[in-house]
Amino acid sequence: MSAWKKHEVFEKNSFVLLIGILVAVAIGGLVEIAPLFYLKSTIEKTVGMRPYTPLELKGRDIYIREGCYLCHSQMVRPMRDEMERYGHFSLAAESMYDHPFQWGSKRTGPDLARVGGKYSDAWHTEHLIDPRSLVPASIMPGYPFLAENKLDTRDTQSALTVNSIVGVPYTEEQIENAASDLMGQARPDTDAAYAFEERWPTAQIRDFDGNPDAVTEMDALVAYLQVLGTMVDFSIYDNKANSR
Amino acid sequence: MNETYTAFAGFAQTWGLLYFMILFGIVLAYALWPKNRKKFDDAAQIPFRED
Amino acid sequence: MVQGRKRPAIAGWKNGQIKGLCGDRAESCDIVPIRCDNLHSTFCLEGLYDPIDMNQRGSGKVVCMVVPSLAPCMDSKDWGAEMAQNKAKMISLEEGGFAIFLVVLAFVCLIVAGKTFDQVMAFHAGIGTLFAAVGVFFIFKNYFDDGGEPIPAEIDGKPNYNMGPVKFGTIAAVFWGLAGFTVGLVIALQLAWPALNFDLPWTNFGRLRPLHTSAVIFAFGGNVLLATSMYVVQRTSRARMPGRILPWFVILGYNAFIVIAGTGYLLGVTQSKEYAEPEWYADLWLTIVWVFYLFLFLGTLWKRKEPHIYVANWFYLAFIVTIAMLHITNNLTIPVSIYSTKSYIVWSGVQDAMVQWWYGHNAVGFFLTAGFLAIMYYFIPKQADRPVYSYRLSIVHFWALIFLYIWAGPHHLHYTALPQWASTLGATFSIILWMPSWGGMINGLMTLSGAWDKLRTDPVLRMMVVSVAFYGMSTFEGPLMSLRSVNSLSHYTDWTIGHVHSGALGWVGYISFGAIYCLVPWLWNKKQLYSLKLVNWHFWLSTLGIVLYITAMWVSGIMQGLMWRAYDSLGFLEYSFVETVEAMHPFYIIRALGGALFVIGAVIMAYNLWMTVRHGEAEEADAAPAGSLAPAE
Repeated sequence: MSAWKKHEVFEKNSFVLLIGILVAVAIGGLVEIAPLFYLKSTIEKTVGMRPYTPLELKGRDIYIREGCYLCHSQMVRPMRDEMERYGHFSLAAESMYDHPFQWGSKRTGPDLARVGGKYSDAWHTEHLIDPRSLVPASIMPGYPFLAENKLDTRDTQSALTVNSIVGVPYTEEQIENAASDLMGQARPDTDAAYAFEERWPTAQIRDFDGNPDAVTEMDALVAYLQVLGTMVDFSIYDNKANSR
Repeated sequence: MNETYTAFAGFAQTWGLLYFMILFGIVLAYALWPKNRKKFDDAAQIPFRED
Repeated sequence: MVQGRKRPAIAGWKNGQIKGLCGDRAESCDIVPIRCDNLHSTFCLEGLYDPIDMNQRGSGKVVCMVVPSLAPCMDSKDWGAEMAQNKAKMISLEEGGFAIFLVVLAFVCLIVAGKTFDQVMAFHAGIGTLFAAVGVFFIFKNYFDDGGEPIPAEIDGKPNYNMGPVKFGTIAAVFWGLAGFTVGLVIALQLAWPALNFDLPWTNFGRLRPLHTSAVIFAFGGNVLLATSMYVVQRTSRARMPGRILPWFVILGYNAFIVIAGTGYLLGVTQSKEYAEPEWYADLWLTIVWVFYLFLFLGTLWKRKEPHIYVANWFYLAFIVTIAMLHITNNLTIPVSIYSTKSYIVWSGVQDAMVQWWYGHNAVGFFLTAGFLAIMYYFIPKQADRPVYSYRLSIVHFWALIFLYIWAGPHHLHYTALPQWASTLGATFSIILWMPSWGGMINGLMTLSGAWDKLRTDPVLRMMVVSVAFYGMSTFEGPLMSLRSVNSLSHYTDWTIGHVHSGALGWVGYISFGAIYCLVPWLWNKKQLYSLKLVNWHFWLSTLGIVLYITAMWVSGIMQGLMWRAYDSLGFLEYSFVETVEAMHPFYIIRALGGALFVIGAVIMAYNLWMTVRHGEAEEADAAPAGSLAPAE
């Protein structure tokens, strides 16, 4: 065999190795991930789930930006103590509009999957500015800058557009009026608020941070926290039909 | 839901298991094949053969 | 010659002797051509002059150098004219390609920087422009310096290894390691004393934690993997890495990614996927660099002189290929606009969770395990001076490990909204995974059989062996924690953090330190490390640190899990959440203490390595790579 031919065989060997590795590592992911997209039982049937409003979506972006998910999970497990502490266990349906998911992996602080409606807006605002003024033993960092930063509203419409591209069912109207709705939800009794209410009948309209002068990052984050875990109507949720 | 799980578990516990056993057998045979011994002993020396 | 490392100018060629300008003096030197091919000629100077400073008298050793032309093989010829002709040589396709790519990149970055209203994007695009421009400058500088002559793959029948990028990666690993460990210490202290968050955006825990994890995994670990893989694949293939720009593009491009990702976290740019936090543009850049890395690695294998591909290279290849697949799947995002740092991922909710932990666990499996097992399979035999215990076992180990690891991810999602079949499947494979993991551990440890006494005298070897022991420990604990019942207690607690750190500090940290302690004397041609005593100090301080760290996290993690589910005699939950937080305080302090010891150990290592490079005793000249007179880089 000529030296050249020998060399060719060696080259092929590294290709064989490469393909062997690819085959080995591709199967596991395919078997585990692909069924989740076509098995209907993966996501439960529920009533009440809606996409995030523009303000809530911006709040969620801030939640992600500040790394809240590193200490707070959003996934109540079906265990007695967790359900007593936090409420009904989390459903897959409750995060179906979450790009990306925020289940978290660590509870340095408590779970937030059902924090919506548990505390007042004022409590949240104060707690975010100075956690230890309300919970002396808390080890959470303070976020006073959120109350001062005006909310960046420039990419709101594109944010909704991209979310709709990846599968969040925003209506065309909701996307077109995203910028106005963003302000409307935090400014009750304005024209924008009334228009917002028509497009988002189940959303809450409040001045979340108690500062009527500006729509701040605090407004957005509190709006997001207050909607967490409140969308699904559990009074008519059939647990047995969706057992997993 | 339950049917899906049962079907999946049934498949995994028979064919899946068989598949992995066969693959493991192939790797084991390759590694332990007497003819390959010299090749592997030789390969183990590679780190010491550098110039 | 005062400029230092430069070829002696050669004036002419006559009667078997080169008339050379040795230094500033015009005189003929005894330069003997020993080999000519159609590209290069190798000459050896017999001890007349110091190879660095040609004005100095040399030590009497034989020093060889390469002149990139066949001119000296011919009869009398005007050497100067030949050199001038060489200057006009066309720029190579590789250099040209990279130059064009970087010019385009610089312009794109400049446009983005000019048009965006996102300050962080402007900052990052600015960095991109700067890096790309500097890259183009160096490509041309390099070309004009050596006239575009190809670098010989072999000199005097020996491979002309390209160790410049390896050196860079080693230095970068030590630098990022110190930075990453220190940030880890800072956030550990923040958990004990929250005032240390300073209530500022860029110093709070939520932004610093991704900085810590990315700095230690991708900056420290990644540079160790890049450097060692480039070293090992060249040595075990006995071939030079292909390309003159390519290796540098890979190592510098990777570190540019680190800079973009790290500064991004501090400025609030993250996509919140753990261990995959960098945003879309950084991900895109990493993908490009990674594909080139794959080609660099394969290209070296294709040039190899050994018939067999050494097993360490199998592990490196699996690491490179799998990380590419995971990275792309887990980062399929759509940016809000090309001028925005923000993007939304195509996956949502439960599917996204599955993709994320399929990625997350295999980042452990293929980045932090397969890659570092490759280090084990090369550096432990090398340092112990005996071949691996069983090469056959290593083959079974390899295939079993990569076949099984990829399935284990969903054990991160027990009792969540992920269908139970998926998490059970993940747990099943995690249990089976115990076998190949321990097979690998046994193979690493038993390599020392018959040479256990070396552990007493060689602290570097001891460090690597202890790292394998830690690997065994964490791969025993891992399957245990993947069991549904154990996981119900351990999940969400600091037990997980303890488990991760027994693997990260013990296994990944120690095998990396061991490899770096080996590499530095080899790369800088030193007889040995500056001080073995300091290695001993590093070893014992950081071992104590690890023990404090993981025991504190075990005890407190289990305590935390039990407190969350404790009921009083009336059937109410016994503790409020904040009471469990208070109970963690002493353990957080012990953990920070452990971390501090680990940091101190790493500082000692950095000092030791610095002194080795600066003041270590040089290796004998005959072991110095031929051609060091005309450094290829």
